Amino acid sequence: MTPDQARHAIGDAVAQVAPDADINDLDPDADLRDGLELDSLDFLRLVEILSERTGQRIEEDDYPQFATLASAVKFLAAR
Amino acid sequence: MPALGADMDEGTVLEWLVKPGDEVHKGDVIAVIDTAKAAIDAEAFCSGTIEQLVTGVGQTVPVGTVLATITEEAAPSAPVAPAGRGAQKRPSRPKAPRKREPEHVAEPSHPLPTISPLIRQRARELGVDLATLRGSGRGGSVTRADVERAAARPQKAPAPPGGAERRIRVSPWARRVAAELGVDLGRVTGSGPAGSVRETDVRRAAASREPGPAGQAPAPSQAGRRPPTAAAGPRARSAAERTLSMRQAIARLMARSKREIPHYYVSTTVDMTSALDWLRGRNRELEVSERLVPAALLIKAAALAARQVPGVNGYWTDDQFCPAGAVHLGLAISLRGGGLLTPALHDAADLRLPELMSRMRDLVIRARAGRLRSSELTDATITVTNLGDQGVESVFGVIYPPQVALVGFGKILERPFAVGGLIGVRPVVVTTLAADHRASDGYTGARYLTAISDLLQKPEEL
Repeated sequence: MTPDQARHAIGDAVAQVAPDADINDLDPDADLRDGLELDSLDFLRLVEILSERTGQRIEEDDYPQFATLASAVKFLAAR
Repeated sequence: MPALGADMDEGTVLEWLVKPGDEVHKGDVIAVIDTAKAAIDAEAFCSGTIEQLVTGVGQTVPVGTVLATITEEAAPSAPVAPAGRGAQKRPSRPKAPRKREPEHVAEPSHPLPTISPLIRQRARELGVDLATLRGSGRGGSVTRADVERAAARPQKAPAPPGGAERRIRVSPWARRVAAELGVDLGRVTGSGPAGSVRETDVRRAAASREPGPAGQAPAPSQAGRRPPTAAAGPRARSAAERTLSMRQAIARLMARSKREIPHYYVSTTVDMTSALDWLRGRNRELEVSERLVPAALLIKAAALAARQVPGVNGYWTDDQFCPAGAVHLGLAISLRGGGLLTPALHDAADLRLPELMSRMRDLVIRARAGRLRSSELTDATITVTNLGDQGVESVFGVIYPPQVALVGFGKILERPFAVGGLIGVRPVVVTTLAADHRASDGYTGARYLTAISDLLQKPEEL
């Protein structure tokens, strides 16, 4: 997966979890959950959608990789 | 007009989902009612045949007004006290939420959480209403095959012969939603009585014509969520009106709470080491969709503790404390546009963790989509707020009258913590209780928090 594809996948997932949010408004290095006002259930759903969409198993131990948009893109693109 | 919460004094009928002559069962959704906080799916209080719709669509009436009359059936096995022809559907008294029998816990609206986005997508493509499906997958989950089977089933209402101009029955609210979404009503298949078009049909029609690749259009679960901008989606009230009326409803209720309820507060720090270790081990083996979040453990513990210490679970009515038989845990759910709702998680103490987790997810989705059921807004016996997700260490809540207690969980933080004379860094959560001093004393509150703490030390038993 290229960084662009990863970013696109994250954008789609965010659109489902938080339709009023736009990842283009996000600082890539700011806290993703704070920026999108996601609670723990929203976050779980985000991970679930990304996991289904990318076909990658995302472990709980990987959650810290989703702290920011930049780190999440990097994590998904590295797979 | 039922009182959907102690803060409601009037409501507007947005849509009738039944017509005279229809048979209804207790718990069936029969109307959509707009309140200050949200549009709510109103359920029938009893079973029988709809005799007359007394309050028309669009009418705003005070709580206690008769909305419809239901002729109760002469049920041989279950005699009902006020039975007989013309027995009226009586709304519950505003200050005394109706208690529900566990077997009536609304199951029809619960399949939502176990449906994956891909299945939802497929259902939408095929125009299948997921709410009507019974899942054949594991744990009752809806599978792709279920959806496709449902789509293959012949439509209930066949097209009129000759395809002649058909008269379309459309509820006024559905008509308004159609106008706002630009949906041609002639192309909408109605699922209501006699093929009449309901709001959900319009939304489905609007969703199905949305172009764009899979994944870009919002999933149906989210399509119902009303975005905070008026232009982006229709709603019973405009976004600005809703924000204001929601704020005013919260203001009235919270002012009443602080005016009438002598709150007392207790707080304790709970060691979460065993709970989180157990959770991590469990989640490692599971797919994302089946994983639990720590909040599920906290909520289960709060529910079980309420059963152990019944003095915090119930209502203050008529100058006395009435303990509730069941534990229906109200969950404070913040809405993305501002404000909050506190729908009840029915019989939370009896739910196994995976079930509790999926119900919790379902409640959050429906609270934000404006698809809560009336029983969910009236039945809570104690409320939990979990502001920990927003990063604060502790929260001392304001009680929802007529309830007598509110539990607050802060963020789970790593802190120096002494166990057995040794200081270590452990995950802890500050747990608080705001309780009504008329109903209980500090001793009861302290016992309740201790019970929560003890329960969380044995997560495998939750």
